[in-house]
Amino acid sequence: MSYAESLLWTVTPYVTLVIFVGGLIWRYRYDKFGWTTRSSQLYESPLLRVASPLFHYALIFVIVGHVTGLLIPISWTDAVGVSNETYHANALIWGGLAGVATLVALALLIYRRRTNGPVFLATTVNDKVMYLVLAASIVAGVVTTVAGFVPSEVSYRTTVAPWFRSVFALRPDVEAMGHASGLYKLHTLIGMALFVLFPFSRLVHALSAPLGYLFRPYIVYRSRSDGAPRRPGWGRVRQNRPL
Amino acid sequence: MKVMAQIAMVMNLDKCIGCHTCSVTCKQTWTNRPGVEYVWFNNVETRPGQGYPRRYEDQGRWRGGWRLTRRGRLTPRAGGRLRKLATIFANPLMPSIQDYYEPWTYDYETLTTAPLSGDVPVAAPRSLISGEPVKIGWSANWDDDLGGDPTPDPVLERLSEQVRMEFEQAYMFYLPRICEHCLNPSCVASCPSGALYKRAEDGIVLVDQDRCRGWRMCVTGCPYKKVYFNHKTGKAEKCTFCYPRVEVGLPTVCSETCVGRLRYLGVLLYDADRVTEAASVPDERDLYEAQLGLFVDPHSPAAESAGLPADWLEAARRSPLYDLIVRYRIALPLHPEYRTLPMVWYVPPLSPVVDALSTTGHDGEAAANLFAAIDALRIPIGYLAELFTAGDPAPVTDALRRLAAMRSYMRAVNLGEQPVLPDVGLPEDDLAAMYRLLALARYDERYVIPTAYGNVPGVVEEGGCSLDYDGGPGMQGPFGEASGRPVPVSIENFHGLKERQTSDEVTRDRVNLLNWDGRGTPAGLFPPRRRSS
Repeated sequence: MSYAESLLWTVTPYVTLVIFVGGLIWRYRYDKFGWTTRSSQLYESPLLRVASPLFHYALIFVIVGHVTGLLIPISWTDAVGVSNETYHANALIWGGLAGVATLVALALLIYRRRTNGPVFLATTVNDKVMYLVLAASIVAGVVTTVAGFVPSEVSYRTTVAPWFRSVFALRPDVEAMGHASGLYKLHTLIGMALFVLFPFSRLVHALSAPLGYLFRPYIVYRSRSDGAPRRPGWGRVRQNRPL
Repeated sequence: MKVMAQIAMVMNLDKCIGCHTCSVTCKQTWTNRPGVEYVWFNNVETRPGQGYPRRYEDQGRWRGGWRLTRRGRLTPRAGGRLRKLATIFANPLMPSIQDYYEPWTYDYETLTTAPLSGDVPVAAPRSLISGEPVKIGWSANWDDDLGGDPTPDPVLERLSEQVRMEFEQAYMFYLPRICEHCLNPSCVASCPSGALYKRAEDGIVLVDQDRCRGWRMCVTGCPYKKVYFNHKTGKAEKCTFCYPRVEVGLPTVCSETCVGRLRYLGVLLYDADRVTEAASVPDERDLYEAQLGLFVDPHSPAAESAGLPADWLEAARRSPLYDLIVRYRIALPLHPEYRTLPMVWYVPPLSPVVDALSTTGHDGEAAANLFAAIDALRIPIGYLAELFTAGDPAPVTDALRRLAAMRSYMRAVNLGEQPVLPDVGLPEDDLAAMYRLLALARYDERYVIPTAYGNVPGVVEEGGCSLDYDGGPGMQGPFGEASGRPVPVSIENFHGLKERQTSDEVTRDRVNLLNWDGRGTPAGLFPPRRRSS
């Protein structure tokens, strides 16, 4: 492995993490008002009502698959008696299905966005870049899932996953990542690009999944002064300007 | 018992001439921005008619408000918490822009740039949503003055076939609508983010723009369809009861500018502990009485010991609303069957009955004639009952009889005749007081608004405000339109309006709001910027 590549797998994950976490904190503090789904359902509903739930539900499966695949070591599945072959067969079927469903739904959503006049008018440059990276990472992901079943390939469970876990242990296992195939490396890089983009795009709405709704009373009362910043009448008026 | 205060509204429908001044001034104040072109926090509907958005009262389709489960518990008609979260990726019950109307402008530029020809150039309509040429076929008041076909009116559909056929000749009136600021708001209950809330001090229901994430469930939850989605900012917006004005003791813009002076504002005290109980009475027709039962007499010991600020208690005692709603019982809630316990009430219109009498050659002001007509004219009573009392004609009839009694009593007084006092459950003094309140009441009798919470120093100032903010809301930020901080509305309204209302000087640089496009800050529109030392 070249010096440049080992540098790549050592430095970029941390740069990504810093931008991701720092960016989110900054965005939340600076731009609560812009933190929204920016729904376009008001313009067009029939296509959205099929594509959007399909995309989001499939994506939840994809995320669960990534968490399992990256965080659970082979030794754990062995210990509960799941052979590597069974694991991979399952990963291919369910992961492949979820991946293809996500891709189909994304294609529908992009088609809708491009062909529906009002929806396209409401699409910013930021959205377009985000769609490009998102689509690229999903395409690369589906390809690796399918390619991952070819026996000659090196499994991500012995390459990408150990490296991913070692990043959080602050001792990046560059050797393991070096053995991964080019497809996996590409998918990992695009994935990191998506995480870099995440805090600065509409993707942030994922973090607002309103699970608290299940546990709160229906009617919310708030006092007039709740959350309103107080300053004395003689205090300086702070100027908030966008950028 | 937990006594809470609410600033509520009563509208006297007899006086509404359908001029839409309230709608227009409200629009100028709150929704003259990109993203809310189609939004009317206040709109005036001709009844019978479809309303705005189209057929919003058809809860079989839109599923707004609450329903009772088999075990007698309240649950949002559109589904409970799990169902809301399961359908969060695309709300299946959201009205489309076509159900409101596609907002448009006119291509005025062609009027000046068209080449010389034999034909006069025309400013063709263009959609404000897509920018394309558009055929105008519907809008917020399309069926004004029965201009459209009133038969799709969902309220009319519940009346019998024969009644519907006769309706158009029989009865027509105007219904101005704002957010009801309900005691049991289903929009608040529908919001997954908890961004919508009811203010504990004055009961105003507001959207926290920093917490709203644009899930759109509130639009579905509100049976009156008075929560709107701003398609530029991706956030929900609704009538604010002009809280920046109300906080400084000014009436809402719609009340202030009402030509007919038909709106009344005041404090009502209610028992917050029994709200859910009142909203879940089994029979829909009992909801009106149940809500009446929630209101607390401001002179009672319970109100006194509730710990309210003295000026609020005083305002509650002088409240014109308590008289209209509880004492005289002539104001009724709009669609109590939605179980949201609405707080904008209506005095039902008597004038169509008087008109119907007069055209038959009878004396339309004599009590006996009026009473007979109220009983005989089943059509308007049935329709009004569907609007105001979940179909129970008795409270509507009673309210109209009291209005009729007042009318004939005051005529006798003014003509120097001996007044015959009909038995409507109100003593002579009350009839006279009611007349004064409905016919003569001055500004400070119609609007009894305590100022914000004892004027604690500093509370009227919002942090981080600025008036010289380029572009204002709707400006293109890096994360989509209108990202970054919104302009604090209370600054615009508080300083601007308060100054204009209270200063002795005549403002020299007047700005004509009618041709201001909402962008930039023309001289004279806002108070001069204070240089900080």
